[in-house]
Amino acid sequence: MSIEAKLLSANFDRIIPDSLEDYKRFGGYNGLKKAMNMRPEQIIEEIKLSKLMGRGGAAYPTGIKWEQAHEVKKFPKYVVCNADEGEPGTLKDKYVMDKDPYKLIEGMTIAAYLLGAREGYIYVRGEYKKSQEILRGAIKNAVNANYLGENILGSDFSFDLEVISGAGAYVCGENSALVESSEGRAGRPRMKPPFIKISGFRGMPTLLNNVETFASVPVIMDIGGEEYASYGTDYSGGTKLITLSGNVVNKGVFEVPFGITLREIIYELGEGIANGRKLKMIQMGGSSGACFSEELLDTPLCYKTAKAKGLSLGSGAILVIDDSNCVVDFAKCITEFFLHESCGKCTPCREGNRQLAKILDKFAKGKASKKDYVSIDRISNAMTNGSFCGLGQTAATALTTSLKFFKEEFDAHIYGRCLTDCCSMSEGEE
Amino acid sequence: MNMINIVIDNKRLTVPEGTTILEAAEKVGIKIPTLCNHTDQTVKANCRICLVEVKGSKKLSAACATPVWEGAEIVTSSKSARDARKTVLELILADHAQDCLNCIRNGSCELQKLSMEFVICEPSFDNIAKELPIDDSNPSIVRNPSKCIRCGRCLEVCHDVQSIGTISTAHRSDEYVISTAFNMPLDQSACVYCGQCSLVCPVGAIYEKNDVDRVWESIDNPNMHVIVQTAPAVRVSLGEEFGMEPGSIVTGKMVAALRRLGFDRVFDTDFTADLTVIEEGYELIGRLRNGGKLPMITSCSPGWINFIEKFYPDQLEHLSSCKSPQQMFGALAKTYYAQRAGINPKDIFVVSIMPCTAKKYESTRSQMYSSGYRDVDAVLTTRELSRMLKLAGVDFRNIEPEEFDAPLGISTGAGVIFGASGGVMEAALRTVYEVLTEKELDKIDFESVRGLEGIKEATVYINDMPVKVAVANGLKNARLIAERIKRGKCDYTFIEIMCCPGGCIGGGGQPHTTTNKAREKRIGATYTEDKGMKLRKSHENPAIKELYKEFLHEPNGHLSHKLLHTTYRHRKHIK
Repeated sequence: MSIEAKLLSANFDRIIPDSLEDYKRFGGYNGLKKAMNMRPEQIIEEIKLSKLMGRGGAAYPTGIKWEQAHEVKKFPKYVVCNADEGEPGTLKDKYVMDKDPYKLIEGMTIAAYLLGAREGYIYVRGEYKKSQEILRGAIKNAVNANYLGENILGSDFSFDLEVISGAGAYVCGENSALVESSEGRAGRPRMKPPFIKISGFRGMPTLLNNVETFASVPVIMDIGGEEYASYGTDYSGGTKLITLSGNVVNKGVFEVPFGITLREIIYELGEGIANGRKLKMIQMGGSSGACFSEELLDTPLCYKTAKAKGLSLGSGAILVIDDSNCVVDFAKCITEFFLHESCGKCTPCREGNRQLAKILDKFAKGKASKKDYVSIDRISNAMTNGSFCGLGQTAATALTTSLKFFKEEFDAHIYGRCLTDCCSMSEGEE
Repeated sequence: MNMINIVIDNKRLTVPEGTTILEAAEKVGIKIPTLCNHTDQTVKANCRICLVEVKGSKKLSAACATPVWEGAEIVTSSKSARDARKTVLELILADHAQDCLNCIRNGSCELQKLSMEFVICEPSFDNIAKELPIDDSNPSIVRNPSKCIRCGRCLEVCHDVQSIGTISTAHRSDEYVISTAFNMPLDQSACVYCGQCSLVCPVGAIYEKNDVDRVWESIDNPNMHVIVQTAPAVRVSLGEEFGMEPGSIVTGKMVAALRRLGFDRVFDTDFTADLTVIEEGYELIGRLRNGGKLPMITSCSPGWINFIEKFYPDQLEHLSSCKSPQQMFGALAKTYYAQRAGINPKDIFVVSIMPCTAKKYESTRSQMYSSGYRDVDAVLTTRELSRMLKLAGVDFRNIEPEEFDAPLGISTGAGVIFGASGGVMEAALRTVYEVLTEKELDKIDFESVRGLEGIKEATVYINDMPVKVAVANGLKNARLIAERIKRGKCDYTFIEIMCCPGGCIGGGGQPHTTTNKAREKRIGATYTEDKGMKLRKSHENPAIKELYKEFLHEPNGHLSHKLLHTTYRHRKHIK
């Protein structure tokens, strides 16, 4: 399909994932070799030119992040990969790890070379046992071939990489919670400042990036930052892995250039809505992302444009919801998810999700009133603007945005009707 | 130091780099509401009641946790900040038992105070508080998790100040609780009952076991001769319960107030503090002369005793065998005093007023029945006493001071300073020095062992022999000492260890106004009280001299061992 790009995913399904020979046959480790012949400033400059931005969801410019990490003069430094991929509807990091694990390893090795880091860790989602095995195998092969370990490629640069298994908490996608969990403590976010870049893993400077971000770096080193950037828009350079799921015909992980529209993604890559139904709603960026209606379908995939429309690409999850689904029911599910995943540390997130779940339950049972809108508004504001970490700050996004686009469905529930018959409306009535 | 220019609530201000918004606001006369924040603790920023608006950002900032930056323009009470704070408070209240009128912290609760300031007349959210079981498994501390607002203050004090860690966070989201390991009751945990958690708890989630009713009952009983002893640290803190400044010395008022309550005799634990100096001093001299186990460590602090029994049971031989002054008092009250007063000890009820929650447990130990009866029948904390006084309508601030009763109310400055960290050491040195050298001390103030510092050291020359001593307060510091002993790297002769920071003046039963600043003031007051005493050395206490002459005959003698000394035992952390 023409609108797909094949940079990061070029090796998907064409190499044996943990075969180092295969990886090298298709240009693997060219990026590292080039980087090891470059000055640190040159490496940083290439990444800046690529306009690569953090692919985990926060979209912080990677070049600037690496420059800051390089400038910190405290050692040892650590390179840590966020492979927790807890965002519902997101599968792209798993694809990278399962189908081309050396890209991630090479990317982390380049980062370690730049920073002078001796150790790196890949924090992999606990449920991804297979990915963990593949990575461990690939790391072993890389060590045996001297791409990891002591004196890499005959240089005085040494770097060890280890896989850490997550334990099933969504909040560990938050970088400081991930670091807490990596150190063996309960995964709860840390106080910032100090930031991870200064005081992260074991209290030392830590560069923490998402799988896709690290895996993009060998490509950038290989083809050059400018070339990479040219795939995307002026603001968002290169390509993005998206996970298309929900009520579309063709679901899956796709690599697309920035700039293509959601309509193209859903109707060309996704081949339209399944079962002859109509599109109702899209949620972009995972459970913490905004829900919106068809009217925003022509938004091009770009961090800047999305932001202008109140959206966020987040992890690149695109969930398509057809007209057989109830928005209230959906918002309730999302809120219950966040209620389950809140670490419990701060009031707005712990108590806010509890109250929101309770209110949405009232909607689903036809027991809500207009007064509940005031409560939703107050609670979601306190959560969004006042929570300790990103989890609480984004937990109410799906609810508030779906209220914006589908208020009439919520209203109908107040009057005792679920337009899709998803909500029982009377369950639990005394 | 870099200076930062900001505008806060329309006022330009220059503050040092690192100043938080909370601190900056104080400088312009704004008190931003706080709940998890505690002046002596690290910033936690988890309650989110201190949210403020910084212009240019939609997100609100937690004032306690946000350092100001150049050019920041802060509005502490903008509409969005006010709205968010109120929502946060209501969210906390919606998960909180709504029984303020039946709560032990009614009137001293920080959450209640905030609710008052925010004027929450009608709750916006459904109350979804879960009723969790109350843990009153032990004689000292009660935990009511239904009241807990998860601020984390108790955790910090338990882990970082006391190095116990018997409570931790468990589970997540709406299950998130402060819990012991496996949610076992406290009496089956590593808890040492120091009560420091109850001191920092902003609400009614952790508090002292209430013994007030038992004391009223004994006072009400006409056949009971009820006597009370007051610990040295209570006279410099009790006033705070009545709005007086920390460091106010209220000894005479306290005595008068206790008489108004109906106690038959008002005695002083300082008397048995003096006695402890003699007994412990002679014990130390004995160990020095006979090659006994050194360093010898003090045994007055029941939290410390619990700690060493649970964590370092192989070091029990280092402990002085002396009972604490509280327990010496109880044993003498039902023997020596009973005989002198001609009262059957079974009709005597001994109450002690202590700055301490662990003292409640101590009084129940099986070794504390040496008079043939329970030596101390009830232990009240400073906080409980203040509740009794308030119930009885005692106008504490204006009550005329009175004197302790004789003879168990006669004491010296050495007894007074037991209340502050370093005081037992100083009191012992005043006596041991003079006994061993048979010379009078030139200077009786041992300033190097005073103050809030965690571990203090001094070397005293007695008969030209250097004697190295150390003083530790707070169990984290006690642990450091115990680790040194374990590694054989502890060349002190005598060590004083107090469980609580600052010693008993900072005890877990003290008023909720306790902060390190208040501790310093109370320490100051303690030494002022000492300076004002006619006698300042325990061996000069005429009532003690009489006690030995009439009853005990000699320090560390047969009767002393029966009544004033005790034994310790190995105790595992968790059953």
